[in-house]
Amino acid sequence: MPVPESGADRLAKVFADAGRPLFVPYVMGGYPTLEASARHAAILAEHADIIELGVPFSDPLADGPTIQAAGQLALDQGTRPSDVLAIAAGLKDGPPVVVMTYFNTVIAHGAAEFLGQAADAGVAGIIIPDLPVDEAGDIRDLARAAGVALIALAAPTTDDARMQAIGEQAEGFVYLVAVTGVTGGEMTMDDRLRALVDRARRHIPVPVVVGFGVRTPDQARQIGEIADGVVIASEIIRRIGDAPDPAAADAVVAEFGTGIAGALRA
Amino acid sequence: MSVTMRFGPYGGRYVPETVIGALDELTEAYERYRDDPDFRSELGVLLGHYVGRPTPMYRARRLEEAWGIPGGLWFKREDLCHTGAHKINNALGQVLLAKRMGKERIIAETGAGQHGVATATASALVGLGCRVYMGRTDMQRQRLNVIRMRMLGAEVFPVDAGSGTLKDATSEAIRDWVTNVEHTHYIIGSAVGPAPYPEIVADFQSVIGIESREQMLTETGDLPGTVVACVGGGSNAIGIFRGFLDDADVRLVGVEAGGEGLSGKHGASLALGSPGVLHGSYSYLLQDPDGQVAEAHSVSAGLDYPGVGPEHSHLRDLGRVTYSNATDEDALSAFLECCRLEGIIPALETSHALSYVRDSAGDLTGPVLVCMSGRGDKDVDQAGEALGIDASA
Repeated sequence: MPVPESGADRLAKVFADAGRPLFVPYVMGGYPTLEASARHAAILAEHADIIELGVPFSDPLADGPTIQAAGQLALDQGTRPSDVLAIAAGLKDGPPVVVMTYFNTVIAHGAAEFLGQAADAGVAGIIIPDLPVDEAGDIRDLARAAGVALIALAAPTTDDARMQAIGEQAEGFVYLVAVTGVTGGEMTMDDRLRALVDRARRHIPVPVVVGFGVRTPDQARQIGEIADGVVIASEIIRRIGDAPDPAAADAVVAEFGTGIAGALRA
Repeated sequence: MSVTMRFGPYGGRYVPETVIGALDELTEAYERYRDDPDFRSELGVLLGHYVGRPTPMYRARRLEEAWGIPGGLWFKREDLCHTGAHKINNALGQVLLAKRMGKERIIAETGAGQHGVATATASALVGLGCRVYMGRTDMQRQRLNVIRMRMLGAEVFPVDAGSGTLKDATSEAIRDWVTNVEHTHYIIGSAVGPAPYPEIVADFQSVIGIESREQMLTETGDLPGTVVACVGGGSNAIGIFRGFLDDADVRLVGVEAGGEGLSGKHGASLALGSPGVLHGSYSYLLQDPDGQVAEAHSVSAGLDYPGVGPEHSHLRDLGRVTYSNATDEDALSAFLECCRLEGIIPALETSHALSYVRDSAGDLTGPVLVCMSGRGDKDVDQAGEALGIDASA
């Protein structure tokens, strides 16, 4: 049997093969229902290069009201981390899946166990928004052993020395937070953001994907001009929430995915 | 000299990358100023002339007799601090740090409202804008403190998420900080949160323990046999314990919220929780098997918290401090006894410590020192209703 490709390798391949900025949409596992989130992920998989799958958490410090409320609804319906990993397993034939999960979820049953389950579900990478690079040592080793890339985050407040440290330990890609704030705000393409992306790319050898506050195809295209990819999260959740029924939500997700993917291919 | 980032395995900085720079900045400022003569002198003058320190050491003879406390029952009167609780010790220290760091805006979380009032007070004193996050449930049960904060010029921002209590207010304050970190200082009110907060809060509160030790030696010629304090996040407890940690013969007891009893809803993280990460630090925590943080319960808003400060987790594992708990009902009855026998209306939080002393009197080594962490003026609506005492004719 061939040695399975590591998550980092699979992610690297996607970036190398695309030749254009990648589209990384976010789906909250269990929102608005477990079945619907699996369906939305499958629909987005047709347009996306990487799927980011969120594990709902009771106290999501990095998230604004939209993702908080979606996560709470998912928890109220009994969504468990294992349910979200099952969605990932269902996407094995599609683009690579990275899981976004808070640190307490990772360590609750033991980090090695969680990472092993993620690897079994075919998860390529894991994003832990409350695990900064200086606290990540043990987890990085466990993730590497499991073949799951630990995706680091960088922010506008990250100084050059930390960018360097993040770059040295980065696997897969680095998630660059576009705004000083929580998810769901609104980014503006300006010199400050351009300088931030430029600074990140100078220090970080792996691809840099930008997220937080990206809402429209036009913003995605602008980010695509300077970065290796774009994450869109809260806006997708908001549109699903505004849809009058499940069929309409599916249609909204498909339409949005098509629009963003088109903007990044143009 | 460096700042303690971990207590044994507990503590750390489990927060979004965005605020790491601000934690570094705070760590540096604290290292620079904590022993700086100008800083210490400015804080010392305020603690003396504004807060009313040193707070008295009072012998509670009638309760001592009623409860049969061996060797005497002493109260460290933090309830006599300006604003009515120990919280002002930390709020003033941190506001002076914020001013030196050039921050323009202060935010805080509050449960019972005492930390919110203290922070609003300190912000008014130095002329900084202040927003306090408070759970909707707590705003109702600690109504008087909401009014006080607003009178002091602070904006009180209601938090509806979760159970509308301290955990939710803390999460929301951290989100504000993540967003406004460049010009805002977040004053955490308990010995919780990412490093260096637990150490900073413990340091600013250690004045309670330092004074207590001296006062007990002066008053009794000896150290107390037992020191008792209530524990939510654990700031008054760590403050008084720090005066006695090296005195191996002094028994230290922290009293958590037993709520409806440990088989029901409660806030006893150290008794029934397990280690995990909440609000930026690794510490004992009430959580489900998947790591979702549980909702705590306590009659007292200040103890209604599913986590606890990392130093307490370490002291628990070391066995240096014993952690017990008291139910809502037992705390309320101790509250009333303290009112009736001593003429002191204690905070409901503090009443948990009193309840422990009463119910364990036979096993205690005296003299017994209780941290009277706050006064109960804020609790009169809620305690009155629970105890059937009202203002009708």
